[in-house]
Formats: sequence, C-alpha cells, structure tokens
Amino acid sequence: MTNILIIIVGAVFVNNFVLSQFLGICPFLGVSKKTETALGMGFAVIFVMGVASLFTFAVNKYLLLPLNLEYIQTIAFILIIAALVQLVEMVIKKFSPSLYNALGVYLPLITTNCAVLGVALMNVEDGYNMLEAFINGVFSGVGFTVAIVLLAGVREKLQRSDIPEAFRGFPITLIAASIISMAFVAFGGLV
Amino acid sequence: MMKKHDSKLKILTNGLIKNNPTFRLVLGTCPTLAVTTSAINGLGMGLATTFVLICSNALISLLRKVIPDKVRIPAYVLIIATFVTIVQMVMRKYIPSLYESLGLFIPLIVVNCIILARAEAFASVNPVGDSILDGLGIGAGFTVSLTCMGLLREFFGAGTFFGMEVGALPNVAMSVFVIPAGGFIMFGLLMALINFVSGKIELKRQVPVYEQTDDDMPEEVLND
Repeated sequence: MTNILIIIVGAVFVNNFVLSQFLGICPFLGVSKKTETALGMGFAVIFVMGVASLFTFAVNKYLLLPLNLEYIQTIAFILIIAALVQLVEMVIKKFSPSLYNALGVYLPLITTNCAVLGVALMNVEDGYNMLEAFINGVFSGVGFTVAIVLLAGVREKLQRSDIPEAFRGFPITLIAASIISMAFVAFGGLV
Repeated sequence: MMKKHDSKLKILTNGLIKNNPTFRLVLGTCPTLAVTTSAINGLGMGLATTFVLICSNALISLLRKVIPDKVRIPAYVLIIATFVTIVQMVMRKYIPSLYESLGLFIPLIVVNCIILARAEAFASVNPVGDSILDGLGIGAGFTVSLTCMGLLREFFGAGTFFGMEVGALPNVAMSVFVIPAGGFIMFGLLMALINFVSGKIELKRQVPVYEQTDDDMPEEVLND
C-alpha cells in the first residue's frame, strides 16, 4: 500500500510530468489559454495515460518479452497509443461535441504527447507491476492536469496585463511556467 | 506550403531562421527544455533528431503516392518510430555515455512534433530531393537552437563550457539554470530576445511591424 501512495505523490507533485520532467510541453503551452479547455484536455490525457499504461504493460509482458521483441517496444507502444487516442476522439465527439471543438487539433495530437509514450516507457523501465503501472499512468495524468490548469489560471490573468512587446505570447507564458515549476521544487524532499 | 519558385537554398535556410522550429514555430519543446542542461546533450539530441528527420522525410516523400490518405498519420508514425529505433540501437552501442544522459528522450524522438509536422506539411507534397533538404535545414535549426540553449544553461548553471572549466572567469554558477525551472526561464528569455531583435530589424526595413499577441501566433503552432 505504501508504495502505491509513494507512486501517487511522486507522480502528481514530486516528479510532476510537465514541471519537472518536461513531458507533454506542447499541449501544456498550446491548450492552456482557458481553464475550462485545460481541464478538458487534462481529463482526456488522464484517461489515455491510464488505459495506455494498462495496454502497453500487457503487450510488453505477454507479447514482446516472451517473443524477445523488446527492441520494437517503441514502435509497438506508439501504435497502441495511436489506436487508443482514435477511440477517445470518437467517444468525445459523440458525447461532448463542445469539448471536441474546444480541444480541436490537440485531441489527435495526444498521440504525439510525449507524456503518454513517456509513462509507458517509464513503467517498463521502473519494473512496475500491472497495478502500479496503471496507478502511475493515471496519476501522472493528474499531475499533468494540475500543471496545465494552474498555468491556464495564470494566463487568464496575464491577458489583462500590460506586457512588454517582446514578451507577449510564448515568452511570458514560459516565464510563468518557470515560476510554477520553481514552486513545485518545494515538493522535492517529499518522497 | 512551399511555392514552386523557391530555390533549393531557400528550402535549406528556411528552417534555420525564418521557420526555426524551436523559437519561431515552437515545436518540439519537450526535448528542447529537457535535455539542454548541457551543450553536449543539446548537440547530441539535435543531431539524433536531424538524422531521423532527414530519413523520415526522404522515405515519406518516396512513398507519398503509395500511402492512402486516411491512414497517413499512423503510417508516418510507424516510419518515424522505425528510424528512432535505429538511432537508439546505434547510440547504445557506440556512444553509451550520451545514450545514458539523454535517457528516455531518445525513444521520445518519435513523438517530437517537428518530425510529424514536416512529414505532413512538406514531405507528403514535395519531391525527395527537396524533402531531404528541408529535413536538413529544419534539423540544423533545431540543433543550433538546442546547442545554444544547452550552452547558456550549462554556462550559467554549472559554470562550464562543453564540459570544460572556464578558467579565466570567476565561477558564478547559479544552479537554478540546470533545474527544470531554469529551462523554462531561459527558453522564455531567449524567445523574447529573438522577438525583440526581429522586431527591430523589421522596423528598420520599414515594413509594418508584426505585432505578436496571443491570438495571432504563427499558424503552424496551432496546427501542431
């Protein structure tokens, strides 16, 4: 039980995927203009990361390892993730067209969100079992959501401030992200 | 995307300045921030990505009439993943130290959006020769940007230059620059500097200044 707790705290705060491991920066910067959209994106990522962790774990353990095919790990994982994202896209399109429109091009791009492939590869590297891999996947997604919603909140405020011209757009966003990241350093000794 | 009369040279230099993938298009930000704790890491990552970019651009361009439109993205990803696996194997065998320090980010070249973006925007509609040049140009732009970032972060964060002690200068290492927060801040400052300088250059040329606000970021950013 303790190791599950350690994984959770580690994934959300200490080794936050976005703020301390630099995974998933593209959507972090791209879809963080509004808190609502950021939250929607966050939930989509949590779902994809959780399910992807399960599937990639199973495929790795029961298919690739017995057949000595570890070297095609990257290729196999990215295909699983691409298929999953396609599925999520269809589901969201059917049940929540407004969220679908808000997420726009970023939805299919979860495929190329390195956080998803990253968590799948990390699960293998750290030798997690199936439950631990799933928990790690879901809570890494939660960590991503926390970070992107925080940044979206800051950016909503930034829109009303007078920013020097050269800093408008991405530069100021990056600097805001840097300050959030510094705050997360404080979680450092926790695990 | 590219007009017919564009010369070969233009394709090659396009990625270096005008469409610099890191600072202009803001693509491939994950490796840009993650591996640039030292100049040598930045350079290694840049070169590995360039290799994959050139190869995948070439192959996708060759197959552009064969790949059905509907399954093109999975097909591209598969091609890219294959080349990444090759890079991974070669690096593990011949440069294990760099392989260790780049770690997870080597297999993650697969999901570097620059590569998929070039496949989609350039290689799928242009002949092989041009696609290779485009890969080379964009790759060079990426490598230069990453090396610069790495150089600055290493110098300010650890006080070294490509891993060597800089004897003449007092060591003023601010370790904040090698932690993640420093990556964000360095990237933001460099991008602001580039915006500032290019704004000044445009003023000199007497063309209307392009004001960059949140709503009119370069089109490509939104498409990736």
